Amino acid sequence: MAAYAHPEFLVDTDWVAQHLGDPKVRLVESNEDALLYDTGHIPGAVKVDWFTSLQHPVRRDFVTREEFEALCSNLGIANDTTVVFYGDKSNWFAVYAFWLFEYYGHKDRRVMNGGRAKWVAEGRSLTTTPLAYPATTYHASAPAKGIRAFRDDVNKHLEAQLPLVDVRSTKEYTGELIHMPGYPQEGAQRGGHIPGAVNIPWSQAVQEDGTFKSPAALRDLYQGHGITPEKDIIAYCRIGERSSHTWFVLHYLLGYAKVRNYDGSWTEWGNLVGAPIEKGNGS
Amino acid sequence: MTEVNGLPARLDEIVADFELCEGREKLELLLDYARSFPAFPAHLQLPDEMEEVPECMTPVQMASEVRNGAIYFYFTVPEESPTVRGYAALMMEGLNGSAPEQVLAIPVDFYLRMGLQHVLTPQRLNGMAAILAHVKRRAAAELA
Repeated sequence: MAAYAHPEFLVDTDWVAQHLGDPKVRLVESNEDALLYDTGHIPGAVKVDWFTSLQHPVRRDFVTREEFEALCSNLGIANDTTVVFYGDKSNWFAVYAFWLFEYYGHKDRRVMNGGRAKWVAEGRSLTTTPLAYPATTYHASAPAKGIRAFRDDVNKHLEAQLPLVDVRSTKEYTGELIHMPGYPQEGAQRGGHIPGAVNIPWSQAVQEDGTFKSPAALRDLYQGHGITPEKDIIAYCRIGERSSHTWFVLHYLLGYAKVRNYDGSWTEWGNLVGAPIEKGNGS
Repeated sequence: MTEVNGLPARLDEIVADFELCEGREKLELLLDYARSFPAFPAHLQLPDEMEEVPECMTPVQMASEVRNGAIYFYFTVPEESPTVRGYAALMMEGLNGSAPEQVLAIPVDFYLRMGLQHVLTPQRLNGMAAILAHVKRRAAAELA
């Protein structure tokens, strides 16, 4: 079986267990549930919350470069630290954090395959012991614009008829739902998808145990929808979190060179006056 | 159960407790509720599934029963969803023993007074809104 394109960005739970307490390694837990870390986390792991740590407190955007530097400093992350991300829901928000760390130029990033659920399922230990690391002096880079798409980029992409991947559930894609049930505050005025986008729900990239599917299975999944390695691809979802997961799969596991995450996603596009929308099963 | 501020008295007390807590303390209190989440009672079986929510939302099951004119709610929530467990636990404590009419009369935004939106983000109150909608639906069904 062929390997993933960049296996060095993935570690397994054994690797993490062997590196507990390694001062060069910082484990970062990033969950959808804001309290899950506090019920128990991998020994030594720090918490980032996708909203309160990674999003700008006022406007819709990520934290600024300076705020990101302060975040890393407070978490005891230095520029040469190996940062290993893991979290709930098949690493959904762990990869979101990974994406932002790449955006601000952190070099050594890994994802723990299978996430928190796999660690727990293997009977490995969790702790609630509070911890703090000495602050570091952290220097972030200017944003890596090549991994992020804004609405104007999406418009250009549309005009050029380049591929878009909508990674939401099928009911969100067809326009049957304008928000996920129970999530009324993450809705949009209109339902449907960006014209021409193909629907490949993000969760199809993971197996029952939360680990990523094999390289062959992933290749079949995306190439079967015309999403091939040489193409310039934009992925989106509802708020840009599920699509960061797909971005990781396409770029790091399958080696696609040009993949961007449109973090504005449907909560921006579906609210934009005059933006073109397609409903139903698409092309 | 008596009413205070339009809420069953115990629920109003819980809301006031959250209101008095500041910042991080609000999360600690919610975590306490999550930790005290009661086991689903053995005499009730096979709770109805809340409508299936694709991919993201926590799979929550609930059941209700009426005894002597008072309504009681019971939930199952996975342990890996402590926020929703906290919501469900505080709703059980705050509502159980109320009249179904009192449940129906709860203002849909009652939980904003707790101030969790400031520490959890408004988006994360969606679970609370969903639970409130479900208990109201149950209360209406019990009255029908």
